[in-house]
Amino acid sequence: MMHRIGVFVCWCGSNIAATVDVKRVAEELGKQPGVVFATDYQYMCSQSGQELIQSAIKEHALTGVVICSCSPQMHETTFRRTVSKAGLNPYMLEIANIREQCSWIHKDKETGTEKAIVLGRAAIAKVQLNAPLKAGETPVTKRALVIGGGIAGIQTALDIAEAGYPVDIVESQPTIGGKMAQLDKTFPTLDCAACILTPRMVDANQQENITIYAYSEVEAVTGFVGNFHAKIRRKARYVDETKCTGCGLCTEKCPQKNVPNEFNLGMDHRRAVYIPFAQAVPKIATIDANYCKMLQEGKCGVCSKICAAGAIDYKQQDTFVEQDYGAIVVATGFRPISMEKFDEYAYSQSPDVVTSLEFERLMNAAGPTSGTLLRPSDGTHPKTLVFVQCVGSRCSDDGRGKPYCSKICCMYTAKHAMLCREKYPDTDVYVFYIDVRAPGKNFDEFYRRAAEEYGVHYIKGQVGKIVPEDGKLKVQASDLLANEQLHIDADMVILAAAIEPNPTARSLATMLTTPMDTNDFFTEAHPKLRPVESATAGIFLSGTCQGPKDIPETVSQASACAAKVMGLLHKDRLVGNPCIAQPDELMCNGCSSCEKVCPYGAITYADKEFRTFEGMKVRRVAQVNPAVCQGCGACTVACPSGAMDLKGFSNRQIMAEVDAICK
Amino acid sequence: MKQENLIDAVRDSSGVNPRKCMKCGKCTATCPAFEAMEYHPHQFVDMVERGKIEQLMQSKGIWNCLSCFACVERCPRNVKPAQLIEAVRLAVIRQQGMNHLKPEQIPELLNPDLPQQAITSAFRKYRK
Repeated sequence: MMHRIGVFVCWCGSNIAATVDVKRVAEELGKQPGVVFATDYQYMCSQSGQELIQSAIKEHALTGVVICSCSPQMHETTFRRTVSKAGLNPYMLEIANIREQCSWIHKDKETGTEKAIVLGRAAIAKVQLNAPLKAGETPVTKRALVIGGGIAGIQTALDIAEAGYPVDIVESQPTIGGKMAQLDKTFPTLDCAACILTPRMVDANQQENITIYAYSEVEAVTGFVGNFHAKIRRKARYVDETKCTGCGLCTEKCPQKNVPNEFNLGMDHRRAVYIPFAQAVPKIATIDANYCKMLQEGKCGVCSKICAAGAIDYKQQDTFVEQDYGAIVVATGFRPISMEKFDEYAYSQSPDVVTSLEFERLMNAAGPTSGTLLRPSDGTHPKTLVFVQCVGSRCSDDGRGKPYCSKICCMYTAKHAMLCREKYPDTDVYVFYIDVRAPGKNFDEFYRRAAEEYGVHYIKGQVGKIVPEDGKLKVQASDLLANEQLHIDADMVILAAAIEPNPTARSLATMLTTPMDTNDFFTEAHPKLRPVESATAGIFLSGTCQGPKDIPETVSQASACAAKVMGLLHKDRLVGNPCIAQPDELMCNGCSSCEKVCPYGAITYADKEFRTFEGMKVRRVAQVNPAVCQGCGACTVACPSGAMDLKGFSNRQIMAEVDAICK
Repeated sequence: MKQENLIDAVRDSSGVNPRKCMKCGKCTATCPAFEAMEYHPHQFVDMVERGKIEQLMQSKGIWNCLSCFACVERCPRNVKPAQLIEAVRLAVIRQQGMNHLKPEQIPELLNPDLPQQAITSAFRKYRK
């Protein structure tokens, strides 16, 4: 049976009509077999355009529709709804892209018109073979997984949990809190980072809907939007979480004293059994197996002897949690880059050259110097401090640094400089900048305060080299506005190191089949209109894993991300894509090629009985799980016998399009 | 050489795109010959970008650049100021009507203290 097809050619104002003779296209396509109605209109996507389509469907009893317009990326959903409201199956619609693939790329109207006719002809040939399709539905697991327990992950989890959905936070460190927990003060208000963060950490711990898996890692993720399945490795702490009271006695008595303390960036030491900081959540001790004498040599056992709760368990093994989730949030954060490729700044030669994050710890009351600013080399009070901005940021792509602006350095440097001058008015503070970028709310005022009220010397220029000599740091720099070369004898130098995504981000992106950019930041689905979703359905992005951002921006994005997750979890069922793979069991020889290429694990095999010339025979044939198949088409290409087909994009339909183009 | 050709010659022979410069001044900060140059490395890059090549060619400072390549090594944008300076020096050397060495001049240059090889190579280099 031939379909009764209607063709609708859109002008898109002058977007199409300027280089395509739309009237001629409609006229020519009207002569095609099966076409009973053809017309053109200025804006098919407008309400009156849609009404035109709907009334034509009714008036001419159309069974198929071809719309020659913009890319299906733009309005396929609109037009599917349009035809559906007029009583047609939404999959009886085909769109011929005569804008992006035709009018926009041709200058000559004759060529453009010819091509538009050919594209329309192909769509008509395809729609002749279209069959009504119905999308399957899948249930939604109403639980979210948040990977990363920094401020981004905490905020996203809190918002989702408060909406009533259970959330699991997986954090690789023994405590949640992330980088913000290491900061001293926050710009531009100078409130104490711990004072504003730790209540949120406690909230997360106390919120009934949140489960925190600290010291854990996501091992594997399978499934698809609404139906993910994750395997979480809970690394052995050698401490029974259910018994440890967090009293901290073990962390005081452990005889292994010389373990570099990562919370203070290695500037002081902790014991082999430790709690990262006083407000850690969960407040449970962890034994560092690399340094514990009992675990390394089988001798010691001090912590076990003194633990009143009997929580120490040297035989503890990694355990695994398996859980279903409807949505996954990536909040893996950042770290400062290594300074090893910037040896002109003498970072490896002098302990008095520090990164900004190290400086945060040196200024912090819980830091290695208990908040008194002292030179790491000799413990004296520094008088002259030099801050160097853009260390490793805004570099060409020669592998030394990062091509992007790290965004937070201008502001935290202004904060550091201001705090120095405030606490120690006898200091001389220099900031070498390329540009001061302070576009946030109250940001420029903050930086100006550092310069105007606190007398920080802002110098436009870079530091060229630093040479440690006689207990001083000889800083050679340029002052571009004065066109001078400066030589400063500094006591301390603070490098604003660029930030980079957490190094585990790449393997996680592979696990989640989520795209990232060349700098390993996760890519959002649309840079303007879908900033917190990844291109992979059901995977959402929160915080600096998506790009450099400060705390206010991170928190806003984290809440936006939570809103998107709630929108998904609120649905009971998700309507799937009906364009999924379908095997022809009579042609399938059970070779497993399709199963091997399927990225979603949607294909299984079943033994079925078939009638043959020699009587009934059992054969192994492929079966597609319609809830899991995403319609990527990999199996249809892999199938050596041509048994696998994609609904809505069958081999016959595609060949018909090719034939129509070549006619 | 015409002005445009000069700019092209300097850019071509150096392989440097001065537009990549973000004016951070790290080249000037790192330059050990800073005092000896009336135009400093960052100005140099800027002058090439603005096409002030002739002004640079007349500068004595270009001959004081040590070619230590510290600016090339440390430039965050991979601009290579030292290579630009070398290109300007080459432009001076290759100017028509300058630095010519004619065969008849050679006998008067012959000096017992000067290696003959130097005269020969100078002749090869500057005869055109």
